[in-house]
Amino acid sequence: MEFALNEPQRMLQESVRGYLDAACPLDRVRAAADAGHTRPDDLWDGLVELGVHAILVPEEYGGVGLGLLEAALVAECLGGAVAPAPFVGSSVMAPVALALAGSDAQKDAWLPRIAGGETVFGVGVTEQIGSRESEGITADDGRLTGKALFVLDGVDADMLLIAGNDGTLHLARAADADVRKLPTIDRTRSVAEVRLDATPAETLPGSAESPEPLLAAIDAGRIMLAADTLGAAQNMLDQAVAYAKERRQFNRVIGSFQAVKHLCAEMAATLEPCRSLVWYAAHATDAMPEEARLMACHAKAHLAEVGRFVARTATEVHGGMGFTDLLGLHYWFKRVGLDRQLLGAPEVVREEAAAVQGWT
Amino acid sequence: MDLAYSAEYAAFRDEVRAFIETHRDLAPTALQRGKPTEQAKAWQQLLIEHGYAARTIPKEYGGYGAEPDILKSHIIAEEFGRARVRPGHDGDNRLVPTLLELGTEEQKRKYIPPTIRGEMTWCQGYSEPGSGSDLASLSTKAEVDGDDFVINGQKIWTSGAQYADMIFCLVRTEPDAPKHQGISYLLFPMDTPGIEVRPLVTMTGEATFNETFFTDVRVPTSQIVGRRGEGWFVANATLKHERGGLGDPNQAESRFHQIVEMMKQETLDGRPLLSHPTYRDRLVALQGQMLAQRFNGMRVLTHNIRSEEPGLPRWIVKLNGCELNHRMAEMAIDILGELGVLYPSKGFGGHREEGNDYLRDAGIWQQRYMLDLGLIIGGGTAQIQKNMIGERALGLPKEPKSADPRFAQGATA
Repeated sequence: MEFALNEPQRMLQESVRGYLDAACPLDRVRAAADAGHTRPDDLWDGLVELGVHAILVPEEYGGVGLGLLEAALVAECLGGAVAPAPFVGSSVMAPVALALAGSDAQKDAWLPRIAGGETVFGVGVTEQIGSRESEGITADDGRLTGKALFVLDGVDADMLLIAGNDGTLHLARAADADVRKLPTIDRTRSVAEVRLDATPAETLPGSAESPEPLLAAIDAGRIMLAADTLGAAQNMLDQAVAYAKERRQFNRVIGSFQAVKHLCAEMAATLEPCRSLVWYAAHATDAMPEEARLMACHAKAHLAEVGRFVARTATEVHGGMGFTDLLGLHYWFKRVGLDRQLLGAPEVVREEAAAVQGWT
Repeated sequence: MDLAYSAEYAAFRDEVRAFIETHRDLAPTALQRGKPTEQAKAWQQLLIEHGYAARTIPKEYGGYGAEPDILKSHIIAEEFGRARVRPGHDGDNRLVPTLLELGTEEQKRKYIPPTIRGEMTWCQGYSEPGSGSDLASLSTKAEVDGDDFVINGQKIWTSGAQYADMIFCLVRTEPDAPKHQGISYLLFPMDTPGIEVRPLVTMTGEATFNETFFTDVRVPTSQIVGRRGEGWFVANATLKHERGGLGDPNQAESRFHQIVEMMKQETLDGRPLLSHPTYRDRLVALQGQMLAQRFNGMRVLTHNIRSEEPGLPRWIVKLNGCELNHRMAEMAIDILGELGVLYPSKGFGGHREEGNDYLRDAGIWQQRYMLDLGLIIGGGTAQIQKNMIGERALGLPKEPKSADPRFAQGATA
């Protein structure tokens, strides 16, 4: 019985965090956001060098073949640094789906390119979780028609992985589609609207036989969004605690006031168990598949709730400064806000968790 | 990450399970108040013999004498919890560890064996009407007169004082010393002349607590644990043990499963509560909180097995665990709707009476809802827990002590 990260996992996390501390300070994030860049080249190249895109790609396709837990540790670092870098869609959901459902030719073509950072994938599955204004995508004789909303990492994508209305997964070239950026609160990541009009596409054969590849990709994406929120919320808590130790009012540092101290304690008390939940959910996907879907739902929903609580509370601890653009705390606030809504808001995901347990 | 148990521990778990299956009929089932029954004592004795109670207490003090093994202790607790069979105890979980650590050889031999057998029961004399969260300000005094301490004062929240044979009690022996250095830790029988116990009826309708008054109570000076003036440090050894015990995640899980069953059975407008989406959403949200805490517990356990200090994951257990249990009780009451307010007129477990045909589970959810609030307050209030998390885990500064005399006066100042 050992519920802890091992040495290689800790080293992975330290190296990614160390890199981001140096390469992705808030100034860099701000500059990218102001320029509208969600995949600045230098940062992307640095992450490629660290091998983060290769984590989930099997070794025979040029990857390192690690598990979802390692990917979650990276997602946590990216959230902590509010890093402008495609990851959840392109480096997690796409390789998971390709590895499970792709033909040999598809795997040969795309997995090595994902691992090497040569190809960015946009992933469009929103309508399979809950459809808003889009009537979705129909697939007909190797062509896709329709509209996919909130395509993850879509703006920077070279390739698209799109779910059809029947749940099958299809590959299409981004250049063949009409990809439009959807401006959101979070300027560090891209989501897109993708319009397809008899766009040439090829189906992942495994996805036509079973819904499992699509669901596994969604589970993986949810765990990554939970981990991203964990990292972002932890960073906000750390900033709030540091601020409470510095800021003076009434001749005292404000962290000595219980009104402020208790806000920090409540954030820590609710956030710390989330780390274990994310670890468990990721580990379950790697090692205990019968628990995986339920745990992915719980990680997504619970982190969304705790993340929102921490985001607003940490902002309050900073007083008026928390509300300013100058301090930049809002980058994390918005990161958490985006994570919450993507791939199923908490109510949607909890209803799925109920269904998994036969309660609906 | 390796959540599997090695062969040794898997075999140990099988052994515990087999024991429980074979012997479960011998376990007492009724809720126990007052002194242990003969059945309870026999059950405890059987558990000690098999190493499922008093496991790591040395043989010479009546224990089983096993080497400490956190994982085995965890497995025992888990299996008894799952089987819903009364587990054993280690005597008093605050006193016995304190005596083992700081008691004299004579005190260990005299008190530990009967305590772990359940033949000698204890109450704790710590809190006073004027000293709750600020326990070190306690004012029950003990003055030396010849070979005796003479004790005068009052304790409150002394659970079980009406049944206890003995009390472990904090008293002020050095009135001129700074508050933390003027306290001593004494052991004495509850039938010593001058002790009066008055039951304190709580909001649940039961008298689980007491007020205990001391008037010229004479206790031999040899009945001290540690030295005079060191009582605060002796007591802190026990507070540490008590804090570890509150907020147990197994209890929340057991409640959760009861709630799921209840939502399958109970109906609203003819449909099970589980099929009402608003209630169902709350249930799943609660499950998420519960799982996060369960896994946090696994993380703490892993640290403990490696003899590492867990830090923040441990500091939050009492606060979160008590809160979660309370949320479970809230949820159960809300599932029951109007039925949730039914309550026996003499408190939980009261006799059948007219009008309570609709009562569910003998009113236990309302009782828990109220008792849990007691647990949120007791053993270090939620606010004190937040101070500790803020100061010890996050490194925030302490509240400065005010020199302004207006703060020392009442609310009208």
